[in-house]
Amino acid sequence: MTTPLIAYTNVSKSFAGGRGERVVAVDDVSLDVNEGEFLAIVGGSGSGKTTLLRLANRLIEADRGRITIEGDEVGAVDPVQLRRRIGYVSQSGGLFPHLTVADNIGITPKLLGTPQAEVSARIDELLALVRLDGTAHRDRLPQELSGGQRQRVGVARALAAHPRIVLMDEPFGALDPLTRDALGEDYRALHGKLSVTTIMITHDMTEALLLADRVAVMRAGRLLSLGTPDELSRSGDAYVGELLRTPRRQAERLNTLLPRDGAA
Amino acid sequence: MSFLSDPRWGEAATHLPDYLGNHVRVSVAALLLGLIISLPLAIVSRDRPLIRGILLGFASVVQTIPGLALLALFYPLLLAVASLTLSWFGFGFSAFGFLPAMLALALYSMLPVLRNTVTGLRGIDAEILQAAQAVGMTPQQSLFMVELPLALPVIMAGIRTAAVWVIGTATLSTPIGQTSLGNYIFAGLQTQNWVFVLFGCLAAAVLALAVDQLLALVESGVRSRSRLRTGLGGLGIAALVAATLVPSLARSHSSYIVGAKTFTEQYVLSALIAERLRAEGLSASSREGLGSNVIFDALASNDIDLYVDYSGTLWVNQFHRTDMLPRQELLTELKAILAKQNITLFGELGFENAYALVMPKKRAEALGIRSIADLASRAPTLSIAGDYEFFSRPEWAALQRAYGLSFRTQRTMQPDFMYAAVASGEVDVIAGYTSDGLIRKYDLVVLDDTRHAIPPYDAILLLAPKRAGDEALQAALKPLLGRIDIEDMREANLRASGNDAAASPNAVARWLWEKIAGR
Repeated sequence: MTTPLIAYTNVSKSFAGGRGERVVAVDDVSLDVNEGEFLAIVGGSGSGKTTLLRLANRLIEADRGRITIEGDEVGAVDPVQLRRRIGYVSQSGGLFPHLTVADNIGITPKLLGTPQAEVSARIDELLALVRLDGTAHRDRLPQELSGGQRQRVGVARALAAHPRIVLMDEPFGALDPLTRDALGEDYRALHGKLSVTTIMITHDMTEALLLADRVAVMRAGRLLSLGTPDELSRSGDAYVGELLRTPRRQAERLNTLLPRDGAA
Repeated sequence: MSFLSDPRWGEAATHLPDYLGNHVRVSVAALLLGLIISLPLAIVSRDRPLIRGILLGFASVVQTIPGLALLALFYPLLLAVASLTLSWFGFGFSAFGFLPAMLALALYSMLPVLRNTVTGLRGIDAEILQAAQAVGMTPQQSLFMVELPLALPVIMAGIRTAAVWVIGTATLSTPIGQTSLGNYIFAGLQTQNWVFVLFGCLAAAVLALAVDQLLALVESGVRSRSRLRTGLGGLGIAALVAATLVPSLARSHSSYIVGAKTFTEQYVLSALIAERLRAEGLSASSREGLGSNVIFDALASNDIDLYVDYSGTLWVNQFHRTDMLPRQELLTELKAILAKQNITLFGELGFENAYALVMPKKRAEALGIRSIADLASRAPTLSIAGDYEFFSRPEWAALQRAYGLSFRTQRTMQPDFMYAAVASGEVDVIAGYTSDGLIRKYDLVVLDDTRHAIPPYDAILLLAPKRAGDEALQAALKPLLGRIDIEDMREANLRASGNDAAASPNAVARWLWEKIAGR
């Protein structure tokens, strides 16, 4: 068995709460993600899923436990260098409002000292990958784009420096359902094409089941369950069952409401 | 004569290159210094609530100090520092004019820059800050590539506010020896030359607006990433500074600087002295509107070359003497004290400008009052007015002691309004000045101080240490000694307070010279 690309071992993190008490956000979590895998982490708000994600690129520092990325223990490497080799997409894109689409996408290569011409070529390549018209969008500012376009730029920026790992924090959560579906599908295709390893946070079990190879379920800082959709469906955990009930019921209802038309 | 065709506009315009140039230089230097201090402080304190609180609190307190007081405080402060560096490191520096003005104004500019920079930086969306980290920026890269560009509009707004404040407040740097557009205002207020006051205010306002608009151009250029606009704005400011440097480089440095305090008589006398020096082929210029606490130290440290002071003023204010000597003895002793500081008491001009109790001539005759002793018995039913400092001065205490004076009420007033108030009967007696032209205008009488409670206030010429053995200077000044009597000075002061072109200090100085030259 190959070593996992991302490995959490007995990781914990707590924050200062309101009245001096500690709030445990991540509670003794161990989790391996293999190379090329697409892992979705599902949980409600306050489940600790976002904290778990940000521990990987040290936007948040762990209190206890060990996290390794490509075999390196994250605590032992320079956090700035670490982040430059990991793509990151946040909920509303986190684009820099004063920079053009091109400058936003090219930021990490630029920080790495990549020559200007090479960065420029890479930007064109990425715009094509995320299916944005380069000539129309290259020099626009983020506020001139639609929400879906902004997330496409966010994905392009995350991929710009050829990372092997992409972390996504509810990347499609703020989009309308159609855009969300299209973007999810497009990203899943890119994930395969570029053979990156992806961890995606979502509160939407349907999205997780449709996009990910494996799904991790978190609640109150603990990892409740981890597995393929098939394995999850056989989990005895009541909360996991509850999370799966909604997509299942929706699928059944949709099947009766929208019978396969005979022409297909 | 129409207001706009008044020849004093033309006279005001001839001073513009000098006043405006100095004003721009001190303002720009102060603003730059303020920015160099405030910006890093704001950046460092943005995530440190304690430091931030202290800094903003300090800057707010500075802002509550009236501009005039802040500027005036810097002068003695720097004098002390200069004497320390002189005794410790063997070098001193001039605590007069540019340096104290620039430091005080820089301090004044800090609040809007600090507050807006902190507000601008703290107002950035947390997700953007996190994105900057996540794409692999170091804290420094995040600051320069993301935070400062995003906070720039708010920071620039603060800089613009600071620029307007500094340019406005710089008009108050005249009394500490920094030439500025305030020279128009101080001179105009004292000599009731409203053309000068208006000209100074307008020039300062136009300058403030111009700088504000140039900074706005820079701001909009940076925001819209237009190199053209940023460049034009920057070029405009650079051109403004350069333009003000040209006349100062071209202007030959005059060798003698004649100081003047902030009242009419001083403006006339410094004009007279400067004109006498020029008549003898010496180059001379006036440095007007100096605070009376500043001017003596400026002379002692050779920042100005000569000025006219009054024996009693030095005796009481400068040397804190409370004993009263007869006139000649006081002058002799004063001369000895001044000589210890290498200052030459060159001689008396011939008149006194002393504090005196003054009332309308008719009223005094009706009441049978000729001297202060006569006044004492009537005082409990009368009211008295004095200038802002009179009632806290030793002369007042001495008068009360010597004559047992006690008035029904006492009020403080702006000196210019005091004389009209006593003439109209609004107050019964005022503490006026013996050489004031208004005594003549309103037909007032100076009450005799038979018990010599008030020290003599002979007008005396003082020379700076470096001019001690300057024979050319002394020869040029000699014709003035003992020539100006009290009636001449009163009339000169009255003429100078008129509101027309003949009232300019230069015109009055020429009149005065013609009057005394024949003697």
